[in-house]
Amino acid sequence: MTSLLEQPGYDEEKLQMVAEQLLCREDQAGLLLSLMGQPQQYCYPSIFIYGHQASGKSHVMHVMLKELELPHAIISCVECVSSSLLFELVLFSFFGSEASSLLPRSPSLSDFVRIYRQQCLQAPATQTRYIVMEKAELLRDADANLLPALLRLQELDNVSVILLSEISWDKFRPNTGCFEPLLLHFPDYSKGDLHQILSQDSHPKYSDDFYSSYINILLGVFYTVCRDLRELRHLVRHTHTHTVKETDTHKLWRNIEPHLKKAMQTVYLREVSSVQWEQMQQMEEKEAGALRGLSAHTHVELPYYSKFLLVAAYLASYNPARTDRRFFLKHHGKIKKTNFLKKNEKTSNHLLGPKPFPLDRLLAIFYSVVDSRVAPTASIFSQISSLVTLQLLTQVSHDDQLDAPKYKCAVSLDFICAISRTVNFEIVKYLYDFL
Amino acid sequence: MSKRKVKDSHLPVGECITEVQSILRERLCCNLHPDKPEEIEAQHKHLLELLKRTVIHGESNSVLIVAPRGAGKTMLLKCVLRDLLQEKEAEKSLLQVHLNGLLQTDDRIALKEITRQLHLENVVGDKVFGSFAENLAFLLEALKKGDRSSSRPVLFILDEFDLFAHHKNQTLLYNLFDVAQSAQAPIAVVGLTCRLDVLELLEKRVKSRFSHRQIHLLSTLTFCQYVQRVQTQLSLPENFPDKKFGQEWNKSITTLCKDASVEEVLRRHFNTSKDFRSMHALLMLCLSRVSVSKPVLKPADVLEASKLRFADAKGNMLHGLSILELCLIIAMKHLNDVYEDEPFNLQMVHNEFKKFLQRKSNSMYNFEQPVIMKAFEHLQQLELIRPVDSSTAKIQKEYQLMRLMLNHSQIMEALQKYPQCPTDVKQWAKSAFA
Ligand SMILES: Nc1ncnc2c1ncn2[C@@H]1O[C@H](COP(=O)(O)OP(=O)(O)OP(=O)(O)O)[C@@H](O)[C@H]1O
Ligand SMILES: Nc1ncnc2c1ncn2[C@@H]1O[C@H](COP(=O)(O)OP(=O)(O)O)[C@@H](O)[C@H]1O
Ligand SMILES: [Mg+2]
Ligand SMILES: [Mg+2]
Repeated sequence: MTSLLEQPGYDEEKLQMVAEQLLCREDQAGLLLSLMGQPQQYCYPSIFIYGHQASGKSHVMHVMLKELELPHAIISCVECVSSSLLFELVLFSFFGSEASSLLPRSPSLSDFVRIYRQQCLQAPATQTRYIVMEKAELLRDADANLLPALLRLQELDNVSVILLSEISWDKFRPNTGCFEPLLLHFPDYSKGDLHQILSQDSHPKYSDDFYSSYINILLGVFYTVCRDLRELRHLVRHTHTHTVKETDTHKLWRNIEPHLKKAMQTVYLREVSSVQWEQMQQMEEKEAGALRGLSAHTHVELPYYSKFLLVAAYLASYNPARTDRRFFLKHHGKIKKTNFLKKNEKTSNHLLGPKPFPLDRLLAIFYSVVDSRVAPTASIFSQISSLVTLQLLTQVSHDDQLDAPKYKCAVSLDFICAISRTVNFEIVKYLYDFL
Repeated sequence: MSKRKVKDSHLPVGECITEVQSILRERLCCNLHPDKPEEIEAQHKHLLELLKRTVIHGESNSVLIVAPRGAGKTMLLKCVLRDLLQEKEAEKSLLQVHLNGLLQTDDRIALKEITRQLHLENVVGDKVFGSFAENLAFLLEALKKGDRSSSRPVLFILDEFDLFAHHKNQTLLYNLFDVAQSAQAPIAVVGLTCRLDVLELLEKRVKSRFSHRQIHLLSTLTFCQYVQRVQTQLSLPENFPDKKFGQEWNKSITTLCKDASVEEVLRRHFNTSKDFRSMHALLMLCLSRVSVSKPVLKPADVLEASKLRFADAKGNMLHGLSILELCLIIAMKHLNDVYEDEPFNLQMVHNEFKKFLQRKSNSMYNFEQPVIMKAFEHLQQLELIRPVDSSTAKIQKEYQLMRLMLNHSQIMEALQKYPQCPTDVKQWAKSAFA
């Protein structure tokens, strides 16, 4: 393995700068640089780099290409919604705005290659040019010829295409094959690596030691769930305000860990912003245990009857129709336990998901659960359609004209429990799965 | 750079390495055509004769070069063209049109490109043509009417030929073959393709106009020849600036290729693919390990390079999953075992995972549903699990049916390689494999 600093043809100071910024990625960067070779030498036509999110693929490429001042175009496939944007960006980065303005409206690959070739005649590459495609997996959705053509762009001039992706190459290969790129893997950061990188952006308020042990605790809580550096950094930024008051490393552990566990439900899922998170933490000191319920989806306000409609829809979706009599008929007689066969797990409806039901069944259940508290009107129907609009109900089989419309309930058990609590209805008693 | 006087020049090691890298990289990375193509003399001669007939005698012709990817179709053609242009007549009058199925994605674009490559844009101007054939005929006619009175031979090269067969009505192919067959103008059509079944793609009227000449580059390469090839590809030319270094390098390559462990590696590669391109990829990885501090290729380098080439991508990705994600995969594996590979949804997986948790007292893995959901989505994003049908719009995420894209041994291997895998998780996984 040639080390990063040892590559001839590059300025040593610049290499030093690169090495400083690529903590824990020295091996990968070294290998990459040795594949790229000296600036004026040829690099392999295409290189495919894969690895998990935030394993530093983009970071390494950006730092290397920028610090070493190599001619490059960095293209995010998310932003390049059409290939004409891609062509424009590549031509612009290598040859300036005159070249990119030569492109006709809605240019084809043929136009791009023609102009690229023309420009290369005027300005042949003295150094290898690099085209970096970020999130390359999106190229699969683009024009089928684009990826195979990019992979062999080097037939034009000294240019290499570097694809970055979190999906392995096997899922890219077109049916009739194509030029195979060199595959490089960026392994995930170990816990130690993550600690080292996260400790780098230490806050001036804290001592290094203190910050480091804070990171340690945070990793202890989150490492089993998430190894994504970007996510972890987000968590560090959004939770460290709480540590201000603590200065003693030993106390830190006891005090901070429960908070971090709560952060898992909120900050990690991006349901609250850091400001909200702070407010929550302050509130908590006054009234403990108000955390739950802040979750965004419990904040839906519905009209009274809509709530019952939704409850009825939930029951219709998750109970077998044959059990309706037993649950909703006033005088169904004694419940015979033997009527209920031993339930095989596979038949539990809360595993299989909601079943569609016809409108009349919904209404029957609705009138029975809502008791005599309601006067049935046409407004019921408009409430149903607004539930559909809110995507709390989904309509299925509407293309089948002969059939009456069928619906499915599209809310979770937690949600429906919360809803039925507000109307004093104990839904669990009416669910077949929980009998 | 090799302008330097050859005799008694002795360069510092750094410069030698730079030179080695430049020479070998050009060979391995860009499609430089060799002076004399190896092992395909017969095909070379055949194609050259054919094209000469068009150039010199004005005979029209069509031919397909069929070979797997990276076997040297383009290289063969380039070598033939180079030799063809040695002929005075060819140099003087031959016109070339290079089309590529990847670039000229429909016949309109192709025609524009033909016009451009024949330098007839001005002649055509704003003329409107009734049909494709009319347009093509006009182009060929325009070539005649130029300053020269006799018609000039045109060589049409269609790389990725099979893609042209997908164009609407195969208009371009039909017209080119038609012109070639009816000898309206001296043209040669050379198609390059990696599809052995290419003729089946052609419509009947197109097929009947094609000469049915095919040149195959099917290699009957033996392992000995393969090793020989590796050696030639890595060897430095005679005129290497530092003679002594060059000789030593070549000697070291000879010993390298005789090494038993290297031979084993090469045999493995030989058995997976024999073409030049995958060999070049391997050698490129070897070459990248040559540096000033280590100016030779050692067997260890070849081994390392081969390890990179054969890296297990899925295993690599599984290595980076979080424990929660790994647990979900094990749960899926259990479900697959119980229900005989029926698709599953998140609820079932979560339920299976809960069963594992119930057996344990500590709550280390007790996660809320949304956290599990996020992990599940991540697995989907990595395409380790895949929805059964893609019309996802109307189904809640937790009930979307999925399939696991990993097999038994892949999971098993991943578990073994997983860093610090908790023993209880390992045991749980094992219970599925019993
Ligand atoms: N007989 C040969 N001698 C020396 N080098 C060869 C030979 N055949 C192929 N090569 C080398 O192998 C590489 C791949 O060849 P080439 O590009 O011609 O493949 P191809 O058949 O056109 O592939 P594709 O179908 O992908 O276009 C080139 O670098 C070429 O120089
Ligand atoms: N080795 C590292 N040292 C410092 N920061 C890093 C390192 N690796 C990744 N990062 C940071 O992590 C974030 C995600 O990295 P990125 O390169 O965008 O990941 P990827 O492209 O692999 O998804 C970036 O903000 C980057 O600056
Ligand atoms: Mg990235
Ligand atoms: Mg080719």
